[in-house]
Amino acid sequence: MNWRRNFVKISAMFRRQKLADEIDEEVRIHLEMEEQENRERGMAPDEARYAALRRFGNVTQAQEKSLETWGWQWLETLLQDVRYGLRQLRRNPGFTAVAVLTLALGIGANTAIFSVVNGVLLNPLPYPQPNRLVALYSRTAQFSNTSISYPNFIDWVRLNHSFSALAAYRQDDFTLTGVGEPLRVPVEFVSASFFPLLGAKPALGRWFTPQEDQIGGAPVVILSGGFWKRRFGSSPDILGKPITLNGTSYTVVGVLPANFYYSGNDFRLSDVYVPIGQWDDVSFRDRRAAMGMDAVGRLKPGVTFGQARADMDSVGRHLAEQYPEADKDTGISLVPLKQNVVGGIQAYLLVLLAAVGFVLLIACVNVANLMLARATGRSREFAIRIALGAGRRRVIRQVLTESTLLALAGGGLGLLISGWGLSTALRVLPAALPRADSIHLDTHVLLYTLAACLLTGILFGLAPALKMSAEDVQETLKKGGRGATTAHRRTQSAFVIAEVALALVLLAGAGLMIRSLAALWNVDPGFDPHHILAFRTTIPPAKSPDAIRATWRRIQNDLEALPGIQSASLTLGSIPTLGDSELPFWLAGEPRPASTSQMKVSLYYLVQPDYLKVMRIPLERGRFLTSMDTGHSPFVIVIDNRFAQMYFHGRNPIGKRVNIDIINATAEIVGVVGHIKQWGLDENASSNVQAQCYISTYQFPDPFVPLVASNLEIVVRTAGPPLAPVGAIRHALHQADSRAAMSNAESMDDILSDAISSRRFAMILMGVFAALALLMASIGTYGVISYFTSQRTHEIGIRLALGAGKGDVLKMVVGQGLRLALMGVGVGIVGALALTRFLASMLYGVKPADPLTFIAVSLILVAVALAACYIPARRAAKVDPMVALRYE
Amino acid sequence: MAKQPSSDRIELVYGSLDMLILRTLLWGPTHGHGIAKSIERVSAETFKVEHGSLYPALQRLHQEGWITSEWGVSKKNQRAKYYRLTAAGRRQLSAETSRWERFARAVTSVLNHPEPEEVK
Repeated sequence: MNWRRNFVKISAMFRRQKLADEIDEEVRIHLEMEEQENRERGMAPDEARYAALRRFGNVTQAQEKSLETWGWQWLETLLQDVRYGLRQLRRNPGFTAVAVLTLALGIGANTAIFSVVNGVLLNPLPYPQPNRLVALYSRTAQFSNTSISYPNFIDWVRLNHSFSALAAYRQDDFTLTGVGEPLRVPVEFVSASFFPLLGAKPALGRWFTPQEDQIGGAPVVILSGGFWKRRFGSSPDILGKPITLNGTSYTVVGVLPANFYYSGNDFRLSDVYVPIGQWDDVSFRDRRAAMGMDAVGRLKPGVTFGQARADMDSVGRHLAEQYPEADKDTGISLVPLKQNVVGGIQAYLLVLLAAVGFVLLIACVNVANLMLARATGRSREFAIRIALGAGRRRVIRQVLTESTLLALAGGGLGLLISGWGLSTALRVLPAALPRADSIHLDTHVLLYTLAACLLTGILFGLAPALKMSAEDVQETLKKGGRGATTAHRRTQSAFVIAEVALALVLLAGAGLMIRSLAALWNVDPGFDPHHILAFRTTIPPAKSPDAIRATWRRIQNDLEALPGIQSASLTLGSIPTLGDSELPFWLAGEPRPASTSQMKVSLYYLVQPDYLKVMRIPLERGRFLTSMDTGHSPFVIVIDNRFAQMYFHGRNPIGKRVNIDIINATAEIVGVVGHIKQWGLDENASSNVQAQCYISTYQFPDPFVPLVASNLEIVVRTAGPPLAPVGAIRHALHQADSRAAMSNAESMDDILSDAISSRRFAMILMGVFAALALLMASIGTYGVISYFTSQRTHEIGIRLALGAGKGDVLKMVVGQGLRLALMGVGVGIVGALALTRFLASMLYGVKPADPLTFIAVSLILVAVALAACYIPARRAAKVDPMVALRYE
Repeated sequence: MAKQPSSDRIELVYGSLDMLILRTLLWGPTHGHGIAKSIERVSAETFKVEHGSLYPALQRLHQEGWITSEWGVSKKNQRAKYYRLTAAGRRQLSAETSRWERFARAVTSVLNHPEPEEVK
């Protein structure tokens, strides 16, 4: 068929009536002409008319055939099938409703998870050429990906040949004053190259210049679009205006577009951006220290990721040679930015995608089952159609059209369900997903849903279609369409087994995840997280280290004086699950290692004496820090039992001394406390830094005090609910200093549970899908067993009449269902054993083949199957033998 | 109209009706009835053409772009739809004609061939 004809036909579709009228008129004129000719030849009027009609043939057929040439045969047939299918579905509202609802749940779950996968994993990051972006880290003996020291970063920029630009960033908090109430604002220090590298364009003003990105550069800031709108009413006059941050005046030079987005490494979308190169902090400029700074780079055109990695390896080696004290044994690691952003969640999403695939399969099996049961009722209809000359293909097509109609209806409803489910899930669990804002029902998702519908329609329609068209026409007509064939029964039994098996796999997966989470909740974090409130505050810069320490002491006293607060402590350095800080050290009496990287490393917690009381960490030996430990007394530290075990091997560490690098201090160990789970509840004993030590805020050396002075993290133990005293604390801080601001108030319970939010997100969804699977499988089993039972009514009647008891009938029917369920459980266990291995990385404290889980889910399934069989069994047992025998 | 014994009439080979219609229109535009009469006359009423079967064929030829149509008035002052051969239709007719002649020659020569020399 050529294009011209297609075009002609398409245009004909829109003037079909006119065409039909014209053809009718032509035919009428033809007949008149013939009739007239006949009369002229001397025929009687009636005879002339009949002769004309005879000569013409079948008038209606000629008209129809003429019109038909203007359409597509297949389209006409399809429309016919669709109309017929719709009529069939309307005639069985119960069947249609159950089928559509089942499919809607299956397709809806798939659409929802796919839209998450699409938004998070498939959609490219929102930058030009996003796959050229690479996240960079330092690699040390302890950490494969850790933050970078600024002097090293400057050398990376200088020495590399692979990146057209590299940019560094680190987060901080500043206090904004002079515009309303003092406000803690999130700040991100960024390189001048950061925004241009990402391909962003300023909404207003300009980016930083390289001159501004170095010590002594003019104090300038760029504001986020949201902050500009909230604080300054989107006024374009903001450019060139000063704003006061931490008591210093900064000039606004630019505003970010409102939709700016970046989420690599530890980047935090902030209100204010300042040039990183201006920061002259001692530690920041120390090659041995890394101040939580990360980097991102854009590959030069033509440079591959592998080439860049090799290039940076050689840069790393060069620096290790040049600065052995700082950089020996450290390297540079590269991660594609996309992987960096979504790497943590990818495995969970793929598992969930597989899980919803299973749910959809169960839905398909269920609907196929329903159709098959109905097919038995319709077999007479199909037999008649075949007897009247409909081809086998035509019958299959009719059944597939009906199943696809069902699937499309299910898909439409499924879209609604998934839209609602997604927005609910994202509202409940916002922190669990990176890039959550890029999850939408877009074209990809709609196409996916459409494909799922069509595939589903064919999948569950095919079995009934083949079965129906293959039936022996004569046999069926003789039986009058009653009674299922053995082949039907076998297929339906197989369906039940498949459903139970699929449901078991899902239940096993969900069960393992629930057990993991339960195990995690039972993990002792090493401290008592209940009734702890954590928050941040900034205090205005003070003149001397001693004045700063005095302020710290005053804040603690003020807080502890508040009602409802039992104890309070600053906590700098490390905070469980939120942030880690390490110090390199070597034991007194050992030679000083040649390089920092060869030293031992310990997490450090810079705290006040009440920290132990707030956190309820057990003191195991010696004493904790006290208020008597000051700048005028010997420098002391308290270590945790892991530290003691690793470096003193069971000998008493009290009184031993350690030399601490970076802060250049020698400290005496005065106590040993319990270990806390710094790396989260699922912390792996083999990873990262395990040793922990505590240093008093009052003994931290003078040069480092200003660094920790401005940003204070505080923990308080509360008598009642952790968040209750927030208002009182804010008030007290403000009273002591009108420039103080409070932010990030959160209970320690929430902090811990946030750390396992992706796990929880996956578990909840897995649980929902498993429940859905269980529900569908039980409905499916119920349906098939009831159907089988109703087919056997006659037989049951005979049995009862011959003296079988109700108990025997009950046993027979339940036994039949139980046999199928047990076979399903068997198949399911084999399948689950093969599949749960892929969950291994997501499990905690439980093996993929956990017997308890497998036994529990098997029992659940068997119990549900029994319940599903019991209802039809009871109905069968109540059958009146006389009625049953008269049946059929 | 004189009655014809039905055995003297020949059913049209599929597709040959198209050719006959195009050939008829070569003499000039005419309406459906005119085409029917012309085919009957020229073929000496050999072909059994049901007038009704002309119309689907006319639609098909129209869609292929071989003929066009417009409403007009007949000699007897009757309104009728007139069909006209297009350039493409002319090309189609000559292609079809030569193909038909080859076909007819081949069939004729097979039918007229003396007994095969090698018969088992």
